[in-house]
Amino acid sequence: MTETARPIIQIQNVSKRFGKVTAVDNVTLDINAGEFFVLLGPSGCGKTTLLRMIAGFELPSEGKILIDGQDMAGIPPNKRPVNMVFQSYAVFPHMSVADNVAYGLKIAGVKGSEIKDRVAEALELVKLGGFETRMPDQMSGGQRQRVALARSLVMRPKVLLLDEPLSALDAKLRAQMQFELSDLQKKVGITFVTVTHDQDEALSMACRIGVINKGEVAQLATPSDLYEYPANRFVADFVGSVNIFEGKLTLDDPDKAAVDCPGLGKVYLNHGVTGPHGADVGIALRPEKIYLHVPGEGKAVKAAAQDAPDGYNFARGKIKGMSYLGDITLFEIELESGACLRVSRPNLSRHDQDDFTWGDKVSMHWRADSPVVLLG
Amino acid sequence: MAEQDWKANKGVFAAVSLPTLFWIILFFLVPMAIVWLYSFGENKGLTEIDISGTLDNYKRATEWLYLTIFGKSFAVAALVTLICLIIGFPVAMAITFASEKWRPWLLLGIMLPFWTNLLIRTYALMMLLGTQGFANKGLGALWEGTSWIKTLVGLQPLPTWEPVQLLFNNFAVVFGLVYVHLPFMVLPLYAALDRLDRSLIEASLDLGAGHFRTIMRIVVPLAAPGIVAGVMITLIPALGAYLTPDLMGGTDSQMIANVIERQFKKANDWPFGAALSFLLIYAMFALIAIQSMRKKVPEVR
Repeated sequence: MTETARPIIQIQNVSKRFGKVTAVDNVTLDINAGEFFVLLGPSGCGKTTLLRMIAGFELPSEGKILIDGQDMAGIPPNKRPVNMVFQSYAVFPHMSVADNVAYGLKIAGVKGSEIKDRVAEALELVKLGGFETRMPDQMSGGQRQRVALARSLVMRPKVLLLDEPLSALDAKLRAQMQFELSDLQKKVGITFVTVTHDQDEALSMACRIGVINKGEVAQLATPSDLYEYPANRFVADFVGSVNIFEGKLTLDDPDKAAVDCPGLGKVYLNHGVTGPHGADVGIALRPEKIYLHVPGEGKAVKAAAQDAPDGYNFARGKIKGMSYLGDITLFEIELESGACLRVSRPNLSRHDQDDFTWGDKVSMHWRADSPVVLLG
Repeated sequence: MAEQDWKANKGVFAAVSLPTLFWIILFFLVPMAIVWLYSFGENKGLTEIDISGTLDNYKRATEWLYLTIFGKSFAVAALVTLICLIIGFPVAMAITFASEKWRPWLLLGIMLPFWTNLLIRTYALMMLLGTQGFANKGLGALWEGTSWIKTLVGLQPLPTWEPVQLLFNNFAVVFGLVYVHLPFMVLPLYAALDRLDRSLIEASLDLGAGHFRTIMRIVVPLAAPGIVAGVMITLIPALGAYLTPDLMGGTDSQMIANVIERQFKKANDWPFGAALSFLLIYAMFALIAIQSMRKKVPEVR
């Protein structure tokens, strides 16, 4: 967050209950003007409810939502300075592309000549110039989504809300649209708030991500902080792939710490952990942060391990599973303790995967700053 | 659903379709054909009809007197359909947007009248609308009450209550037909509205439209197939209505079906009745043809 960050949406102690179910539980969250904010969470976590409360389609059971400093209580969706791109796009099937985009402007009473200019400009922005007279049933899903985007952007809202905008697109188009949405957001400078359950989407597009779990904010962070410094077990597990081991904090100095994990052995850290001695903590280790040695290479490494600097951790195990994914190979390594460790290895040369086979005894190491200590 | 080629399953196709086909031919097409033939015949004696190929019956059926009755039947049926649409659309919308818990009960409420015989329902309506009926009694009580309040504040009392003639006139016919045909309008409208993607309505609200504009610009155009279906399914039976005008109408409110009935019974002029029947059928064919020619609304999900 920069010094100049100005909250455009302020969610203050908002809860939403449907009967006995609490969909959103006392959420407090500021979304800054001009940022690309992503609400990330598993399905049913309350993220869409939160978005619909900002749009005005649901009313909070408790708490306040302010948009640009103005309390939204009692303000219906059609009077709010936000626009929404729906998951199903909700392009009006009985109107041409131009009529769809002009719909909101006509209601707002904008003059005919200006409508024409603004519609053309909005369609140009989403790369649909020349599609004015097309009907929605003559367009692909991706194109219809662009119509929905143009229809919202043409209103020049203070905030654009996007509900799972890419979930209905195929993988290639989705990757392309991730870039395009980020570009578009930078170009128009409007605050985007997107809801998604897809972590790749969130990491690639967001300035900041709010991870929602069971109606509560589990963590609020930039994409890299979220991935590298997950605040709790839920975030570590939900964002990316991870190995989590439970252990006890046995050493906690300002510059180093150690956690004794029954499954993984002693894990050394090159930084302090502010936790009581003997506390139960979790250790999160990303598969790509573990270096897997080619069999045979292990001897030399073992020798090195004898006088291992505190900066490295070692482990040994047996290859239990391999899955070749092209760019990387995923390994499942059975440790001596019987626990399993997931390790990924980039295929830097064309023959890398030939060095390993099922049952191989292998050794691994990882840096002392790689494991994340999970207190929550 | 995958299209099945009937040629590949001739046995199944025959087993499924032949009984129905047989039923339709024997009990629908054959009697219709007989009536059609009668319409080209002339009476020879009390029970004998000679199918001579004459067009006299049609000539008589297109006389001014009968054309006005046709026209009036159309007008009444159109008015009934319009009223059903105006009442039925909000009702269908209310059912569509009711909670999951309430919806089946509301639908049941719409269909409940079908469980009672039309004749009984019509008599019940007559009891309601008669000079001694509940409607008049209620109005009378209101009248008396107003009169009493006026005397209380020192004004002249109202003249004595005279029951309003609610029955045996055109009003009663339209009222009765609307009552009978309303479910026919509500159900197709409900089916169309229920299929409507809710996010289209939300998108319209989101873009600044109020509820009324959203209904007129988004809901009504997209429910058009349901509206057309509802109109046809209401208009056609209302056009051929017989029982309601017969029981609830006055001397001036007979519809074409009553005229046809009279030809077959009292007048004992089957050929003329048959010709009138077929003119009505041709008119309905024309309506259905117009409906099937309308532009299809594209559907997008």
